[in-house]
Amino acid sequence: MDFDLTDDRRMLADTLGRYLGDRYGFSERTRIAGSEEGFSRTSWQDLAGLGVIGALFGEAAGGYGGAGFDLHTVFEQLGRSLVVEPFLGTLLAGKVLEAAGGQQALLDEVIAGTRLVTAALYEAEGRYDPLHVGTRATAREGGYVLTGGKAVVPQLAAADVILLSAKLEDGLALFLLPRSAPGVTIREYGFVEGGRGGELLLQDVVLDADARIGAGHSAQELIEHAVAAGIVALASEAVGIMEFARDATLDYLRTRTQFGVPIGKFQALQHRMATVLLEIEQARSATINAAASLGGDRLSRERAVSAAKFTIGRVGTLVAEEAIQMHGGIGMTWELPLPHYAKRLTMIDHQLGDEDYHLVRYIRLGEAAGAEAA
Amino acid sequence: MDLNFTPQEETFREEVQHFLAERLPPRTADKVRTNKRLTRDDLVEWHAILNERGWLAGHWPVEHGGPGWSVAERYIFDYETARAHAPRIIAFGVNMLGPVLIKYGSEAQQKYYLPRILDGSDWWCQGYSEPGAGSDLASLRMSAVRDGDHYVLNGQKTWTTLGHYANRIFCLVRTDPAAAKKQQGISFILVDMNSPGIEIRPIITLDGEHEVNEVFFTDVRVPVENRVGEENHGWTYAKYLLTYERTNIAGIGGSVAALDWLRRIANQQMQDGRPLARDPYFAARMARVEIDLENMKTTNLRVLAAASHGGAPEAESSMLKIRGTEIRQELTSLTRRALGPYAQPFVPEALDADYNGEPIGPDYAAPVAAEYFNNRKLSIFGGSNEIQRSIIAKTMLGL
Ligand SMILES: Cc1cc2nc3c(=O)[nH]c(=O)nc-3n(C[C@H](O)[C@H](O)[C@H](O)COP(=O)(O)OP(=O)(O)OC[C@H]3O[C@@H](n4cnc5c(N)ncnc54)[C@H](O)[C@@H]3O)c2cc1C
Repeated sequence: MDFDLTDDRRMLADTLGRYLGDRYGFSERTRIAGSEEGFSRTSWQDLAGLGVIGALFGEAAGGYGGAGFDLHTVFEQLGRSLVVEPFLGTLLAGKVLEAAGGQQALLDEVIAGTRLVTAALYEAEGRYDPLHVGTRATAREGGYVLTGGKAVVPQLAAADVILLSAKLEDGLALFLLPRSAPGVTIREYGFVEGGRGGELLLQDVVLDADARIGAGHSAQELIEHAVAAGIVALASEAVGIMEFARDATLDYLRTRTQFGVPIGKFQALQHRMATVLLEIEQARSATINAAASLGGDRLSRERAVSAAKFTIGRVGTLVAEEAIQMHGGIGMTWELPLPHYAKRLTMIDHQLGDEDYHLVRYIRLGEAAGAEAA
Repeated sequence: MDLNFTPQEETFREEVQHFLAERLPPRTADKVRTNKRLTRDDLVEWHAILNERGWLAGHWPVEHGGPGWSVAERYIFDYETARAHAPRIIAFGVNMLGPVLIKYGSEAQQKYYLPRILDGSDWWCQGYSEPGAGSDLASLRMSAVRDGDHYVLNGQKTWTTLGHYANRIFCLVRTDPAAAKKQQGISFILVDMNSPGIEIRPIITLDGEHEVNEVFFTDVRVPVENRVGEENHGWTYAKYLLTYERTNIAGIGGSVAALDWLRRIANQQMQDGRPLARDPYFAARMARVEIDLENMKTTNLRVLAAASHGGAPEAESSMLKIRGTEIRQELTSLTRRALGPYAQPFVPEALDADYNGEPIGPDYAAPVAAEYFNNRKLSIFGGSNEIQRSIIAKTMLGL
């Protein structure tokens, strides 16, 4: 048993943490989050140069890591600095490209930070289920025609290439769509916590045959695999955010004086803070379980990631609400970093399935595991 | 034991419902229902409509222009107006300062200020909190020094709700810094916001909105006759004001309306091929809060009944405040959950009623996440829920 990071990962964490500390401070983050594109192309280039994008992918795909604990290391740092760069879309799309194979040139550019990808896997009717796909692809001589729509896609407008799922006659399939293809409409908007996303509409979009990827694989498995990585990433980001919120709140309890004493002297708050600490440790453990599961068999992996996402949803809401409450009025202000962390933490529950969705999914996967064992 | 209202009270309820159907501007009700931004004009208009009917100041005695309602009638009025999506009456003049002036104000103050509250000439805001004095309000520092027949005010107030709409502010100020107890050197004073030396600055809240402010006072001269009651006795009046507004502290009507709204959304959102409202897990979450709200209705009425029999429900009002705000927060939290991925997109312009862009996702989505974050304030202001629990522990439990 060894819960320490390897030297390589520790170096990655240090390098990334130092860069973000120097160049992505809170006021810079605020500027970037509210900017026209909702992220910074300069920072993205810098981060690519530091090998941070490459850390998300395995060596065979031209990266320097790609395992669950590499994602954990990177995204925890991103959480601590509340980074709004297009990591999630890059990870989801990149993981599909990595597993599907045959897209090395694109992956190289993604890792170098010169091309931006995102993943459009969810639809309005499907809510949190990425396997509920209404978008249709029809095979046509030399290619496909796609019609349908995708919901709340992260960094949609900035992406050069969009990875998306569609229903072919014989089942689910995955395609790479150039953003500027005729028939593609994008409605973009800001997110409540900063950063941007958009709605994707496809009306008779004609794609070449080679736009379809991973034809030799099960699209369902490719999607599940990528979403599992995405959940490890979001859970790790949440852990980074929660530790910031914990430290900021603790600091406030020590320095804010009311009734002649620091408010941290009140036992009513001490016990609540103790619960916050305990729950964050539980959330970190859930994230570690999920990160470790990425290399394992499907059923244990899927149960571990649903367990993690459920835990993060539950604990994240608790930590966000408690941190604001214990700050009193000041916790309600735009000027303070803390509420922005609380907002992102809350919104992580709205990406890749919320607390309730993953609780039910965990139960169903457990039934499946029971059936398998029987 | 009889949980029913009397026939007269039921007649009154019908009268209120009828009035609301006729006079509540549909455009305003729609904004309230869908959590769109209300303008100052919307609020002023609604006050004027209520005042015309004689229903603006439910707490006031008849001789000062109140309707002379019983506790039950006040409850019915608050409940029905909230259910119909009327805006909340802005409390600062009508429900806070009004009762203080009626009990402690001079005749001249009553004659001048009370009619101006009713007819909308004055918009009051509340200058209690300071950066260093929140829960520990009695530690407030803003100073008022006597200079002839004026006080000279120096210091800062903060969190002043809708101060940017107000032309007057009532303040707690320190008139005797040497008093033995910090509660003793405080006075209650009425200030014209247009006085030289007052500067107001917005505080933007986490949802990006401007609803609270900081107010700075530099050598602001206020006539001595603007003091309410006696010098250094302001704490008594301040506390009277804080515990006065009891009938509506639980906000039952507003929560009933919020539950209706949540139910509508949960019926339209689909999960697993069926409406979210029929998803057992979400249905259970909704049922829990609905049960809590039903229980709260009766708790609230029990407290009100005790009050009308002369009971002193100070600590009971803490129960109402805690659970009432918890219920409301849970309702907005569930509404946020119900939206699923569409909680994330945020188009601030869409919160204006005259916005006519195409909505992102369902048309009810735009204000939901912002409203959830904004409602975190409910457990912080009006005496935080921690402070309310301390009051219960002390006065009801004797601990
Ligand atoms: C949106 C909004 C609108 C407001 N409008 C107005 C207004 O119009 N006019 C006005 O005067 N004020 C207004 N307030 C101020 C409000 O009354 C204060 O925020 C409130 O009294 C809490 O004070 P504080 O913010 O300084 O928090 P603090 O008192 O610093 O409290 C911080 C935390 O410590 C807890 N705490 C403090 N003391 C104890 C204790 N003894 N035991 C246990 N826990 C404790 C609190 O509950 C809170 O969780 C408003 C506040 C908000 C957020």
